[in-house]
Order: sequence, then C-alpha cells, then structure tokens
Amino acid sequence: MEKTIHLRIKRQDGPASSPYWEEFKLPYAPQHNVISALLYLREHPINLRGERVAPVVWESNCMEEVCGACTMIVNGTPRQACAALVDDLAQPIVLEPLVKFPIVRDLHVDRQKMFDALKKVKAWVPLDGSQDIHQHAPRIAPADQALRYAFSRCMTCGCCMEVCPQYHDASAFIGPAPLGQTALHNSHPTGGFFKEERLHALMEKGGLADCGNAQNCVKVCPKDIPLTQAIGELGRQATIQWLRDIFVK
Amino acid sequence: MAKQRVVVIGGGLGGLWAALRLVEAGYPVDLFSLFPVKRSHSCCAQGGLNAVLDIKGQRDSIQQHIIDTIKGGDYLGDQPPIKTMCEDAPGLIRTYDRMGVTFSRTPEGIMDQRLFGGVKNRRTCFAGATTGAQLLYSIDEQIRAKEDQAGVTKYEYWEFLSLVLDDAGVCRGITALNLKTMQVQAFRADAVILATGGAGLIWGRSTMSSSCTGAATARAYQQGAKFGNAEFSQFHPTAMKGHDKLRLMSEACRGEGGRIWVPRKAGDQRAAKSVPEDERFYFLEEWYPTYGNTVPRDVASRAIVRATRHMGLGVRGQEVVYLDLTHKPRAFLEARLGGILEMYETFAGQDPYVNPMEIFPAMHYTMGGLWVGYEKDAQTGGIVRAHPKNHATTIPGLYACGECDFAYHGANRLGANSLLSASYSGRVAGDATAAYLKSLKSSSDKLPQSAYDAEKKRQEEINQALLTRTGGENASTLHHKLGEVMSEHVFVERENKGLDNALAEIGTLKERARKIALDDKSGWTNQTLPWARQLQDMLVMAEVVTKCARLRDECRGSHYKAEFELKQPEGKFAGDPEYEAYKATWKTNNEKWLKHSIATHTSDGPKVEYWPVEVSVMAPETPRDYR
Repeated sequence: MEKTIHLRIKRQDGPASSPYWEEFKLPYAPQHNVISALLYLREHPINLRGERVAPVVWESNCMEEVCGACTMIVNGTPRQACAALVDDLAQPIVLEPLVKFPIVRDLHVDRQKMFDALKKVKAWVPLDGSQDIHQHAPRIAPADQALRYAFSRCMTCGCCMEVCPQYHDASAFIGPAPLGQTALHNSHPTGGFFKEERLHALMEKGGLADCGNAQNCVKVCPKDIPLTQAIGELGRQATIQWLRDIFVK
Repeated sequence: MAKQRVVVIGGGLGGLWAALRLVEAGYPVDLFSLFPVKRSHSCCAQGGLNAVLDIKGQRDSIQQHIIDTIKGGDYLGDQPPIKTMCEDAPGLIRTYDRMGVTFSRTPEGIMDQRLFGGVKNRRTCFAGATTGAQLLYSIDEQIRAKEDQAGVTKYEYWEFLSLVLDDAGVCRGITALNLKTMQVQAFRADAVILATGGAGLIWGRSTMSSSCTGAATARAYQQGAKFGNAEFSQFHPTAMKGHDKLRLMSEACRGEGGRIWVPRKAGDQRAAKSVPEDERFYFLEEWYPTYGNTVPRDVASRAIVRATRHMGLGVRGQEVVYLDLTHKPRAFLEARLGGILEMYETFAGQDPYVNPMEIFPAMHYTMGGLWVGYEKDAQTGGIVRAHPKNHATTIPGLYACGECDFAYHGANRLGANSLLSASYSGRVAGDATAAYLKSLKSSSDKLPQSAYDAEKKRQEEINQALLTRTGGENASTLHHKLGEVMSEHVFVERENKGLDNALAEIGTLKERARKIALDDKSGWTNQTLPWARQLQDMLVMAEVVTKCARLRDECRGSHYKAEFELKQPEGKFAGDPEYEAYKATWKTNNEKWLKHSIATHTSDGPKVEYWPVEVSVMAPETPRDYR
C-alpha cells in the first residue's frame, strides 16, 4: 500500500458551532511538517470519506518557529505546527485547537487576551520619544544581557498558557508569558525605573500569588524561556515592594 | 477642520515605526495587519542591522557605509536617501538600545558588532541570531504603550483591498476586508502608508513568510502607483530546502567564519567529514580572495550556481553546497548563532555543530518596489528630513516604506541593511506624512460618503463573484505553477528566451485565474477567498517583474544575463590596459542602463519607462570588484 500521512483534525465551523472530527490522508513525502501537510489539504481538501470539504482553517506565517502564529495541539502537545515534523510524529497525527483561548474556526483561536495582559503589566521601556537623544541605554553586563535575551525570545505563542493549570476561564490568573515579560522589563536599567507599577499590577488578584508552581510552563516553552526563574525573581521583587509599601510611605 | 487621521497598512518594522512617529506628532493612526503585528515577517530577520559605531579599531566611517551601500547596489539606488540613512543609522540604533532591545554585548557591556557581506569592517549590531524579532518586539511594545494611551487603533485580522481616491486622484482612504466576518469596510484617512513587505511568494517558495505575497503593493500599482526596479530581487545564497519554505541560514554564518565548499570530485558520495581538506573546493575563497566567503549575496549566489549547475560539483550531484561552521567552537556558535542553528537542526534533523549545513540560493528580498521620492538637501547632498516628498509614491497622499518601496538598495541589498532601511524608512515616512498632513487644506471628512460606498461595493462584487463561481481552478495549484515558472526563468541567471516563455506562461495563468472557484463558500473566516485574490495580484506583479527583467539587457547586481555580461579581465587591475578597456565599456553601458525601470499599469500589461538615477554623492567611476 502506498505510504500516506494520516491527519485527524478537530474542526469547528465557528465560535458558536459544535466541534467535530474529520480525517484526511495525503501521499507521504519526506520532510513534511504539519503546516506543509495542511497546505497540501488546501489544494486537495478531500476527507477520508472521499468528500470535497472546506479546507481546514489555521494560522501560520513564518514557518520557521519564530512568529508563534501556528501554535496548536499536535498529538496532545501544544507546539508550533511548522516545527512538528511528520517523520517524528505517530500517526494518525491528531490536531486540535488550543483550549485556553476562544475558537475562531477549526485550528484558529483568538489569543488577544495574551496581548492585553502585556498592557496590564506595562511590558515596555518608557521613552521620552523615539528621537535620538545622542546617548545609548546604560551599559548592560554580558551575563545580564544573556538572561534578558532568554526572556526576550517570547513570541506570545500561548504554549505556556495552554498547559498552566491556573490559567483558565474561571480564573483571573494572568499566566506565565506576561510574567516573563515583566521580569524582562524590570531587569532593564531604565525599564526598571517603572518596576513599582508593574509589581503593583502583579500584587493584585490574578497576579503572582495565583501561580500554583506546577512548572508546566517551562517544560513546553519552545524557546526554553526560564519562566519559573522569572516568577521566582518577581516574587522576591514583590516581597520587597510589599515591605516598601508598608514602611516607606 | 476635523482631526486628521492616517491609515498605516502593515505592522512590521516599517509600519510600526511610521505609526509611532505619527502618534508622537499628535496624529491618530489606524493600523491594519493580517495578523497580530508581532507576527510580522520582520521577525524572520536574523543577522543584524548596520550602523557605524566604529568600536573595533577599524576606523570605520559613515562615508564608508555610504560607499558600501551604493556600490553593493551596483549604483542603482538614488544616493541622497542612502546618504542620510547611513548618517542617521547610529542614532536609530541608540533609540533601539533605549527601547530595551537585547543587543549582544562586548565584555564592557556596550553593543557588539559583527562582520557582514560586502563590507570589510565590523559594522553589524545584532541580538544573537534573532535580531529582527528583537527589534520588532521592542517597537511592538512601544506601539502597545501608545495603544494604551488611545493613539493607535489596531485592526488586526484585516486585509487591505484597495485605495479610495478622490476625483483629483488623491488618496483619501482604503477599503479592507475583515478576515473573520468577511465584511468589506471603507475607512477614511487623510494619508495612507503602505508598509506591506516583499513579494517572495511569487517564486512559490522563498525565505519569506506566507504573508509576503506582494498583493497589497500590486493593488496600489493597479490603481496607478508606479513601480520601480521590479526586476531586482535578491536570491540569498544560503537557504535550506523544504516543501513549504526555503529557510534562511543567516549571512552571519559566513560573517562569523562559515566557509562555503563542495568536494573537488564531482558526485563524491562520501560524508562531508570524510572529505580531506585538500579535496575540498572553497570556491568563494579561491575566486574572491579579498572578500572570500563574505562577498555580497548576488556574487555568492551566482558562484554557487556556477559550482553546481555549470561545473557539476554540487554535493552528491545535487543542487546543494556546504556551509561549514564545524571548525568553530561550540560555545562561540551557541552565543552568536544559536537561534538559527537550532532551527537548522529542527528542520534538517542534522546537527550543524558537527556536520556542515547543506544550502542553496533562494528568493529572499525584493529590492524593487513602489517608486518613492525624496527632497534633496542641496547643502548636504542628503535629504531634507520631515519633507512631504520623502517616501511619497506617485499617488498623492499615499506613502510607502520598508521592503515594499524601491529605495536604498538599488540592484542588490547588502546584508543587515534591510533591518536598517525598514526601520529608518518607516521613521522617515511617518515624519513625511506628518508634514504632508500639515500642508493639507481639507480633510477626508469633506469627501462625500458616496466615494467610499462605491469602492466598497466594487470590492464586495469581486468577492461575491469568487464565492458564487463553481467548478473551476484552484488558487494553490496556480500558485505552484507560478512558482515553477519564476524559479526556472526569473532566478539567479536569466535569458531572454526563458523570460519570453515566462511571460507567455504568466499570461496563461492569468486566464486560468479568472476561473478560480473556492472550496469554501462560507462567510466566516474563509481563508480561501483572500488567498484567491492574493494569487491574482501576485500574477500581476510577476508580470511586472518578468517584463522588466526581459527588457533590461545587461548585468547589474542581482540581475544577470550571461549574454550581456561585461567580464572582468582575470588577474588584471586598475592601470592594466585590459582592465581600463573593461572599465570604459562598463561606463558606456551605464549611459544606457544606469536607470530605474519604472512600470505603470495599463489594461495591456505594464508599460515600462526609464528614469535617471541620482548619483550626486558618488559618481559611478569604478565597477564593483570583490576579488
């Protein structure tokens, strides 16, 4: 029998529709990844029953695991579909949308709340305008820059949020990704000037105290961001801030 | 007069910089993007961005950056904007540093610099091997701060469809498609900035993201914006092969000491590691001893094609050569190239620290783009900053910046100049648009609603026609075919017969594209509808590229036709009679061809004319020479 790639996909026509499973087979070729297989289906959207159906809807852009768009659950694990090589996966390859975010259609979900969380923690370095001020930022030790670089690789893909037991509809927890970004900006020589505002946002309900220390986040992060280290460091900073709030008024 | 507003289309470095400058100048911005802006293609840029900081004791100078950029582009770039870009680069870098970009550091904690192609000095600032992502994130954060202060309104998951022009041909807004509800909506604007990137998908597979179809620029072109230097596309010498994408291996690999080679014996089946040193052909080092592996990209790509297709020396007889970093210490590579070597390992299943990578040239960057102007400063020879002519297209009120414009890079872009030009041109376009708005006598709210309604209706009818057609062509099938045609005939080496074939084939594909029928008829997040429309616009742009390539009978930068090559006499240099004779022929050729090709849309296809290049900073006296 001809070798094939067998996909089993959880589909949903719209936010209010019911989900259903649909299966597809395409001819095998080496070096396929999940996105290149889905691209094949866009041209040949024929399911296992031989019916021509609407092509599967999904998000992708860079196809090299840097833009974060194509995150979905591949054989039970949230990851970037472009970097999920067919040759490494058990078949049928089961594709599901992330469950912690509202469904748009099929494998396409809406991760806007992750971007909104970045606003809440003010994940930026405040500038007095983008004009040249004829000065660099203060010097940064290579070791500090190495840690900042590790945090700065976050592509807001949602894997860490997906596996966090504390992050769900019924909880206010902000989730691991924005905490990593808070640590990043607090560690910048001038970004740190605004540490207090960021920490206060995290000392409210849904902040640091809601982390259950399950440590799932670091295990799935495709960029190996030391998220638990960020959370530990922020906890230390928040304690100092709490004492400061009491005694230095 | 009501509050003026600006529409910015595209959320990569160019669009975000333009938006930031406009908001800082007090103008509200409506920012349109196909997806959350943080996912834009700028994040794929790896190696770094150029700015003269001269921190390595090499006496690097801004003048040298200007010369390298002009010569790297084979003199085809207008020089005043190049001059000011290089002068402003260090200030731009300082701003990025203040935004918190995680630039790699020297032991003293200042920004480090590395070597890139076409350059002799270490001039490239970098953040590991994910510089583009780091820059994009930092400006994305600045925009998010402005969004918080209600200066920027984001329209993510919206696709630009067309411009709304008034009776005088002035741009007064756009129509866009909501990619979730599939509804078309018209938006008023007093100026529009296109920052929609390159058009790699015309070649089927390229190093570009799947959003880089060039459809947005093609739409502006079809509404009258002139397109410049379309035939100039950069084929990056070092990319991995793949079904869906040709993944870039940064030029930084060569800058950090990577060596390109093939076994000397054709069809050698041995593993790379078992080929002894004296049986390896380091062809770039042999052919170009001065620059070696860091020759510019066009030169390297042609050399790889020469070694494989013409000399038959590709690895295992295939169209592949080695990019070898295995002689460098692991810790050094991890710190400076870790991000991309990780990517190579993921997608190739081979460890690049142990085995040489296997690479081949791939479509990478469009130097050509929408024609944009500038105001020259007679005193400095650069441009007048914050002048409304800068980055203005030929449609009044429409600006373009980033890869979708044709400025700065001429016939070939130097590595690490694209993150610079994307950021810098966005900043200039933002400032120019603010100056334009100040000069306007009326605002877009004076234009009757009927103009917007009519354009919206026109777009809805196009969508409706696509949604109701049955039993026809598939857009993806046509896209594959287009990719084959372009990759065969409009690649590193071109010839007129092949280009004629390509034009005929594109014509056939345009006919077939009129019969596209969609597999999805739904009115919710229907991805087949925008894809079908993009494909039709890609065909228009492919025709412009191919026609301009057909007409240019010379070799310049990335555009190469063997038939018209002026061969540099081997072993001869300035002063030798053979070299002087070659130089004289080169100068005569420049009189005819040192011109921008300018394409205008007509119902019979592109009409091409030639406009002069401004060479007032550095006259074209000596040919490029990287030997």
